Amino acid sequence: MKIAIASGKGGTGKTTLAVNLAASAPMPICLLDCDVEEPNAHLFIRAENIQRHPEGVFVPVIDTDRCTLCGKCEAICRFSALVIIGKRLLAYPEMCHACLGCMRICPEEAISPGERILGDVLSGSFGPHQLIWGEMRVGEAMSPPLIEAVQRMAPEDRPLLLDSPPGTSCPMIAAIRDCDFVVLVTEPTSFGLHDLTLAVETARHLKIPCGIVVNRAEKGNTQIQDYAALEDIPVLLEIPFRRSYAESYSRGEKLIDTDPALRKAFTGLWDIIIKKAEDQKTRRAS
Amino acid sequence: MKELVILSGKGGTGKTSISAAFAHLAPSRILVDADVDAANLHLVVPHKVFSSEAFSGGILPELDLTLCTDCGTCVGICAFHAIKDTHPPEIDPVYCEGCGICHDFCPAGAIGLKPRISGTWFHSSTAEGPMLHARLGIAEENSGKLVSMLRKRAGELGRQGEYPIILVDGPPGIGCPVIASLTGADLVLMVTEPTLSGRHDMLRLAKLCARMRIPVCLTLNKWDLNPEMAHAMEEEARSRGMEILSSIPFDTEMTKAMAAGRSLTEVSSGPASQALMQLWQEVLSLLEKQQKSSDGGLLIMESLKQETIP
Ligand code: SF4
Ligand code: SF4
Ligand code: SF4
Ligand code: SF4
Repeated sequence: MKIAIASGKGGTGKTTLAVNLAASAPMPICLLDCDVEEPNAHLFIRAENIQRHPEGVFVPVIDTDRCTLCGKCEAICRFSALVIIGKRLLAYPEMCHACLGCMRICPEEAISPGERILGDVLSGSFGPHQLIWGEMRVGEAMSPPLIEAVQRMAPEDRPLLLDSPPGTSCPMIAAIRDCDFVVLVTEPTSFGLHDLTLAVETARHLKIPCGIVVNRAEKGNTQIQDYAALEDIPVLLEIPFRRSYAESYSRGEKLIDTDPALRKAFTGLWDIIIKKAEDQKTRRAS
Repeated sequence: MKELVILSGKGGTGKTSISAAFAHLAPSRILVDADVDAANLHLVVPHKVFSSEAFSGGILPELDLTLCTDCGTCVGICAFHAIKDTHPPEIDPVYCEGCGICHDFCPAGAIGLKPRISGTWFHSSTAEGPMLHARLGIAEENSGKLVSMLRKRAGELGRQGEYPIILVDGPPGIGCPVIASLTGADLVLMVTEPTLSGRHDMLRLAKLCARMRIPVCLTLNKWDLNPEMAHAMEEEARSRGMEILSSIPFDTEMTKAMAAGRSLTEVSSGPASQALMQLWQEVLSLLEKQQKSSDGGLLIMESLKQETIP
């Protein structure tokens, strides 16, 4: 079972929800922080026995002795990662998407697979749970391969809770596309609502059922609830706005430690999402 | 003409609210919303769209079932598992990277390639000058290319008209759209919050800016939520060669302005609004100073230092 926490807009409380939900899980789970550009979950969860594995991706290595400069690889590469300049074939590894087209097309077998390090995948444990996260190398543009690497490390014997990167484009899609349920975190502002509608469209496009958590909820401000009712999406939880929550967040503390009353709310949330995800799994199977 | 890019690393730190205030305070500027994934600036900057255009940043393969012999070559060759092993095969655009090699290797010539429309971009007018913004399609990629295109258009407009400043509201993170919004810019204003995660993300973004040799100035939004952390972050930023500008206090007027669809400086004269006016003056003088310095570099970056960030 794989449950994603996502939001169109950044900073709505995705990580807050992920770490608090993880820490109040009724069974051993694994939290996957897929926001590899700016991973934050490990700042709130002090994992133990941390292991770090560098993660690489294919890049072409050219054997200049074999290369006849025929230009076939340059022509097949749609990402301009191979260019012939004068009497030399140059590779730009940062542009490469690892489609392997150049290697397959080269008539001289002059291209062999090399590796470029994208970042690290880290894993550790907290209580009965596991935390796995990715850390993209600064300066690297493409996060999806690292997001996939984080997911490949996930254990199979327990539910997975996945903290997705913000937005609705490739990194977010790479994180949520094969999840059973997605929890969309938003806040009751015009920005929050606007980006929530994009996230809902994305989830629907991917055919993943979703529910909404309203963070920083205020009395009398029902714009999110109204939208949810209109779209027939369940509102799973409302976390009120409190300055004390914001302050404890700033210190890297979990909400359930600041306000133990919330622990119950998060356990309740687990019951709902497990049921929703199981329903989806049976629906998929049939 | 100078280009200021407003970035945050972490999302939701008030970047767009600050961009909107600057957009209102600048008498004449070009505005670019480079957060094409979750574009919000148009919600708080009154504008009129006068043209929109489809954006295509890549290609999408198209299967011609009348030609396909169901040989299965494409299924095995697609490195992104975007072609489902059904009979006949089926291409899933959600997984497709647009590498086009299925087209190149299909023995029956059954796979064509067409441009993939991945979004729409808009040219709008506002009281203080043009605004360029976009909407990336659902589950589409190439946000970096879209950002580069918007900035290129802004540059062209800037060279034609009387606009001394291009203001860019940047995307979150440090990946491809951020790199696309930074390349060749004059100054980065980093907007962050005094939180443990804000600090972590600030350091990663600072490293990227240093590597790209772009000077950075910093403002802390809602600094009073954790004054100790705010102070420590400013010290850290200073030691990395960033210029520290005025910080902005927590002020509920910020959300009210957002709800009203206006910039804070337009509707409020409260403490955050005051701070933003001060901040804008500071940013302006930094941009000006930069113009005068002969080597083009204003701040000495402690660049390319490979320290690990906890
Ligand atoms: S693997 Fe694909 S993207 Fe990379 S260089 Fe070769 S053809 Fe270009
Ligand atoms: S396809 Fe092979 S031989 Fe031809 S230019 Fe590329 S590497 Fe050289
Ligand atoms: S490679 Fe071409 S002919 Fe073979 S299954 Fe794919 S589309 Fe059909
Ligand atoms: S274009 Fe590339 S990624 Fe897309 S289906 Fe064809 S081989 Fe796969």
